[in-house]
Amino acid sequence: MEIVIIATIFFYLMSTAGYFAYLFLQKNYLNRAGYFLMIAGFLCNSAAIFYGFFKSGLIPVHNLHETLIIVGWSIACVFIIFQYKFNLRIFGIYAAPLAAIVMVFASQISSEPVQVKNIVNNFWLIFHIVSIFIGEASFVLAGGLGFMYLAQEHAIKAKKHGFFFRRLPSLELLDTAGYNCIVVGFTMLTIGLATGLVYAQMVWGKFWSWDPKEVWSGITWLLYAALLHERLTAGWRGRKAAIMAIVGLAVLLFTFFGVNFLLKGHHGEFTRL
Amino acid sequence: MLDIVLLGLNHKTAPIELRELLAFTKEEAVAVLEGLQKCSDINEVMLISTCNRVEVLLTTSNAIDAANSVKTYISEFKKIPISKFEDAFYMHDGEEAVRHIFRVASSLDSMMVGEPQILGQIKDAYLATILKKTSGVILNRLLHKTFFVAKRVRSETGIGDHAVSISYAAIELARKIFGDLEGKKVLLVGAGEMAELAVEHLIRNKIGEIFVANRTFERGVELSNRFKGKAIRIEEIPDCLKVVDIIISSTGSPTFVIVRDQVKGVMRSRRNRPIFFIDIAVPRDIDPDINRLNNAYVYDIDDLKGVIEENIKDRNKESIKGERIVDEAVISFKQWLEGLSAVPTIVALRDKIDTIARTEVDKTLQSLNHLSDNDCQAIHRMTNSLINKILHDPTIFLKSNGCYGDRFAYIDLTRKLFKLDD
Repeated sequence: MEIVIIATIFFYLMSTAGYFAYLFLQKNYLNRAGYFLMIAGFLCNSAAIFYGFFKSGLIPVHNLHETLIIVGWSIACVFIIFQYKFNLRIFGIYAAPLAAIVMVFASQISSEPVQVKNIVNNFWLIFHIVSIFIGEASFVLAGGLGFMYLAQEHAIKAKKHGFFFRRLPSLELLDTAGYNCIVVGFTMLTIGLATGLVYAQMVWGKFWSWDPKEVWSGITWLLYAALLHERLTAGWRGRKAAIMAIVGLAVLLFTFFGVNFLLKGHHGEFTRL
Repeated sequence: MLDIVLLGLNHKTAPIELRELLAFTKEEAVAVLEGLQKCSDINEVMLISTCNRVEVLLTTSNAIDAANSVKTYISEFKKIPISKFEDAFYMHDGEEAVRHIFRVASSLDSMMVGEPQILGQIKDAYLATILKKTSGVILNRLLHKTFFVAKRVRSETGIGDHAVSISYAAIELARKIFGDLEGKKVLLVGAGEMAELAVEHLIRNKIGEIFVANRTFERGVELSNRFKGKAIRIEEIPDCLKVVDIIISSTGSPTFVIVRDQVKGVMRSRRNRPIFFIDIAVPRDIDPDINRLNNAYVYDIDDLKGVIEENIKDRNKESIKGERIVDEAVISFKQWLEGLSAVPTIVALRDKIDTIARTEVDKTLQSLNHLSDNDCQAIHRMTNSLINKILHDPTIFLKSNGCYGDRFAYIDLTRKLFKLDD
């Protein structure tokens, strides 16, 4: 088990190195190497999750260690798909180190043996967890694209064409990619919340119990819903959309970590140390 | 011993008036090649003539005489006294000539470093040389190496990256904003060489509709016909802003033609789609405050010049890498050229055969333990005389002057046949 995690970290770090080398040297093979190393890391990461799944028979989200492994996996997964679709070469310097850092943190947190609680492991729960994680990983990438958009826009407006101006893609591409990330993220989050509600009804007998995690997830959902609504009706794009994606990322991080560490609730065990 | 000589003039040594006088058309160049080939001092010859340079590349056994023949020939051909162009002429020989042709083809010696046309021009010049059969082993090898070096410099350095003209720089910026320019709508306000050039570049990028606004409507119609666009009146510009993505402005107007509030007003109906203003006019046509609006970008002529200056600096930085690639190539070409003289080739050939013979004899003797020392030495002696006998005729042949004209071809062939260049 340990060795698989180490291999995952190794591949993610190598991918990071590849992408950074590409950033400076601009050689195409470095970009490709970064991408394939990312895929290798993703496969190892998947193996780690499957191992946990078969060992306990439950989707492995019983403590922070396991949760972070899934976070790293989701980021890698969404990144690989988006990279395939948009070929945003510079994007690797954001996603690869992020996945690597998450996995390093995961490996540093000890994993206690799983104590199976009265969690009913069924289709709804797995669906709930997987879609929430994929959705949130998409939002994380959208936030990164927001940062890149702002950097590129600033370079164009201020007429200072430095290192990053040359390497960042066009505003249009950053904007479209960010929008796509948010659409995917929002869809997955909606599915995740819906399945979560169904699951809550099955286990606790009520759809909504004003649990802090539920409340903050609702806030996150509303925020992204507002962003998409404004984009479709008033044409919120470019700078405003980028800033909103970053604000969304901040709220998301609070929902994911802040709620668990600062507030109590029935999602608490996900981030138990 | 043959020497590679390059002589001629370029934009650094001669003013445009002189370069014009000496430039050769394609037909003239062919005649010059034929004429120079007849000179007794000149062995192989090639002529490069572009608007920025006239250069003759040749191989000769007597550099000074060959150079004089070329100058005399050009002077007679163009009916210009030698004294008029002699001062502008430079002459490189050997390694320096090789370095010069490498640098020229790699666009390191160009007026605008990194411009891509020169390689094609040299390729054309070489083609003419091939057709007239005025090049031989050395120039053929040199030119193939030259094309290889030029390609390497272009692909391994950023020497050709980024625009160095106003209109190209504007297009490059538009790409950074819109990504793909296909289908983007353009409005040209006023007219002018630079603005029209920019529109032509845009058309090559498959842009969509083109609108032309001009103070005199007739002139606008005329221009719009040229670009297959649509002429509009100056008063219609605010409405047009709702649909166009790129505005190129170049009018003689003393005040702003498009002001901030006009653009602010249309952003909502544009649904915040980005809008890019390229202001080539002096005094400016576009209110610079527009740049402060969300999703609106304004570049005036000074901004574009700033971009170009940065790009030129970058190209010059990259050219240092190019020089290093050229240096490497000069060294390897020099090694090949030195190998082309008879003595090193004979030595290398002998070494190769010696090594093979010794290895084989040693191998055989190991399994023949019953032989005495005397027997072994007899076998060694026999091997040596075999080698001497076999190599005798080839050695004489390579050393002799009998094959003078094609001597390099034979030496080159020998080196290839026995794989001596590894």
